[in-house]
Amino acid sequence: MGSVPFFFMSASSILIQFLNGLASASSLFLVAAGLSLIFGVTRIINFAHGSLFMLGMYLAVALAPMLGFWWSVPLAALAVAAFGALVEATLLRRLYAAPELLQLLATFALVLVIKDFTLWAWGPEDLLGPRAPGMDGAVRIAGLRYPEYDLFLIGFGPLVLGALWFLLRRTRWGTLVRAATQDREMAGALGVNQRWLFTSVFALGALLAGLGGAVQIPREPATLFIDLQIISDAFVVVVVGGLGSIPGAFLAALLIAEIKSFCIGLGYSKITLVVEFIVMAVVLIVRPWGLLGRMPAQTRGPGALELPLALPSRNALVALGGTALALALVPLLSAGYTLVLLTDILVFALFAVSLHFIMGPGGLHSFGHAAYFGLGAYGAGLLLLKGGVPMELALVFAPLLAVLGALVFGWFCVRLSGVYLAMLTLAFAQITWSVMFQWDAFTGGSNGLIGIWPSSWLSSKTAYYYLTLATCVGAIALLWRVLYSPFGYALRAGRDSPLRADAIGIDVRAQQWAAFVFAGLFAGLAGALFAFSKGSISPEALAVPRSVDGLVMVLLGGIQTLTGPVWGAALFIWLQDVVSRSVDYWRAVIGAVVLFLVLVFPQGVTGFLRERFAR
Amino acid sequence: MTVLAIRNLAKAYGGVQAVRDVSFAVAAGELLAMIGPNGAGKTTCFNMLNGQVAPDAGSVEFEGRSLLGLSPRQIWRLGVGRTFQITATFGSMTVRENVQMALLSHHRRLWSMTALATRSFAGDADALLARVGMREQADRPCAVLAYGDLKRVELAVALASRPRLLLMDEPTAGMAPRERNELMQLAAELARRGGIAVLFTEHDMDVVFTHADRVIVLSGGELIAEGPPDAVRADARVREVYLGSGNA
Repeated sequence: MGSVPFFFMSASSILIQFLNGLASASSLFLVAAGLSLIFGVTRIINFAHGSLFMLGMYLAVALAPMLGFWWSVPLAALAVAAFGALVEATLLRRLYAAPELLQLLATFALVLVIKDFTLWAWGPEDLLGPRAPGMDGAVRIAGLRYPEYDLFLIGFGPLVLGALWFLLRRTRWGTLVRAATQDREMAGALGVNQRWLFTSVFALGALLAGLGGAVQIPREPATLFIDLQIISDAFVVVVVGGLGSIPGAFLAALLIAEIKSFCIGLGYSKITLVVEFIVMAVVLIVRPWGLLGRMPAQTRGPGALELPLALPSRNALVALGGTALALALVPLLSAGYTLVLLTDILVFALFAVSLHFIMGPGGLHSFGHAAYFGLGAYGAGLLLLKGGVPMELALVFAPLLAVLGALVFGWFCVRLSGVYLAMLTLAFAQITWSVMFQWDAFTGGSNGLIGIWPSSWLSSKTAYYYLTLATCVGAIALLWRVLYSPFGYALRAGRDSPLRADAIGIDVRAQQWAAFVFAGLFAGLAGALFAFSKGSISPEALAVPRSVDGLVMVLLGGIQTLTGPVWGAALFIWLQDVVSRSVDYWRAVIGAVVLFLVLVFPQGVTGFLRERFAR
Repeated sequence: MTVLAIRNLAKAYGGVQAVRDVSFAVAAGELLAMIGPNGAGKTTCFNMLNGQVAPDAGSVEFEGRSLLGLSPRQIWRLGVGRTFQITATFGSMTVRENVQMALLSHHRRLWSMTALATRSFAGDADALLARVGMREQADRPCAVLAYGDLKRVELAVALASRPRLLLMDEPTAGMAPRERNELMQLAAELARRGGIAVLFTEHDMDVVFTHADRVIVLSGGELIAEGPPDAVRADARVREVYLGSGNA
């Protein structure tokens, strides 16, 4: 179907697209409402909410042949709810007092575990669901055929909205939920049984996600990609509608779904993301906390105390120089695989340090840093293959694509903070991924680009290793040095006390934006180095798991130290190498390791060590 | 010389007239205390001066220049220093670095990526810290300071830009009585010596009547009295609305 200008659409096809949008909105609303509800009470953004949706889909598809479609939907939803309650009681309950970032990381680890579980249980193929018995036909609307089941979905969303309204406004449980949403401490002081309340809210949120997935199976196949697609859609809905507002989620789900529907109907399905992005941008400019949202109360936890940044001692500088020198001597002793692994470690050390730059001193918790890594990697590939630019120049100019992305995305991101920022950065990364994934003609779509090799003088493993070593060491040194400059200090000032920073004339937003772009530049450089070291590039380079890898590296090594991200990257890449060679489901293993670390060290590994040494 | 001139300031929230037709002025080297019972409109008034709240009517002029519509950042650049009711400092920096940030900002060096922040204006920062009696603690992290010392750091930070006007919102809130008098004594000295105009709100009447040159009294959003501390203390209307039975 080609693209049709809007004014050529007949009235009846406009109506059909409108109805399509309504039908899609229902499922989206269920997920977003669950996300909002859980956040309102527990203050945890459940990144695994899309995974619960995916579980709902797969479970319903699996149960339908045995029980029939209409029984499989509620049972799948209930199973997901039970799973949610289990997760809350065994895992999240231990993290309510932990720093926000670790809570997000824990739910992210769940994403990895659930994805590999789904892969193990149902295999990598897409699964087609059954049609809904009794609603598998079509009705005629304005002369066009329209599926009966979609009409059912159109009514289902508002029905759930009504049920939720009743539950929250007319029952004692709902009163408790609303009280806890408004003032958690006060609700606790009034003798509300928090444990039970939190578990039940999480179960209800999971139920909604599972239900949202289950009702979708007659419309679309269950795939392993759907989790991150749904969670980023849900984030967009929640950001647009306002976090914590159920009617806001409904309104935003309608808006987003209608936009998608009309873009697809007009044959412009590829620009859906762009339009979605523009809508989100406009809403964020006009109403920064969403259509029906309110400015969030500052709920910063006690967080570990950060010490002043002392200039490195002579010994520390000698040790760092010695490490660089030792790395330069490695090719004399060993070649082949060691160099490949070290090249990877250096590239990701730069990636992690660039993320730490905005996350630690800047306090901007980006959950989509891989976007800039990927833009740099694609920039390199496209310049070389499509632009015919020599490899050396491609390496230099590729990071500019990342800069461009960071300029646009960063402008919005620095207007938000905390979990809003995390959600927005993730949504931007997902949008970038989708563009690369879908734009077959230019980016090679899901296959990516191949034949991105360095020039002949750099083609040996050893030569490329030296190029990577020199570039990464130089770039990391530069990033660290900037943190000691007035610019770096101003960044920390804006994080420590935005109020004071503003009162002494620091333009916090402008400096954060600049830092975001600066970090994007170096993430892009890491991406370009990565592309030439592998010879190919695929959308995986900028997919959400890659962003999570960066977060794990930074948090593993310790966000409060400068060298931490480097050690974190080395440990992570080495671990990944070892695990992925011996286990099929290595993402699940990484996820389990992260969960373990978060549970054992709820204040982070460095925080733990600091406490130990301080005694 | 008039530094700050407020004319016919008014602000309503919904149907409540928080501030109505308030006019006053502060001169260089003068300490003006703004007092009034809770809900009198002090905070609203204060926030209209520093750019956080836009007034419905009236004017705010600093050295003949309107401050209306300017952001707190821009107001600071013009030469207006501030301290907060609850101290706001950079916890991950030392005392000296906190002052250095204000100096770096004043000299427009915040965007430098090449200088070393800890070596920039260190001498100037130490001189400012000496003036507020915090020189010895310059290397301590702000996060571990006692509350009274944090107030002094804020004062040094506020003075870094050589302000001609200092806005202090409840400067002695949360302090012990002796500390209160010491801090206000310090602020008064610095203001008089530097010719800085100081406007402060305060709950502690002892502090007000000991250190203020002049007092303005708000009640129900209106300015009901203005004058030297002794005259205001004796004012019958003030005693009625503010001091209640008159024996406070």
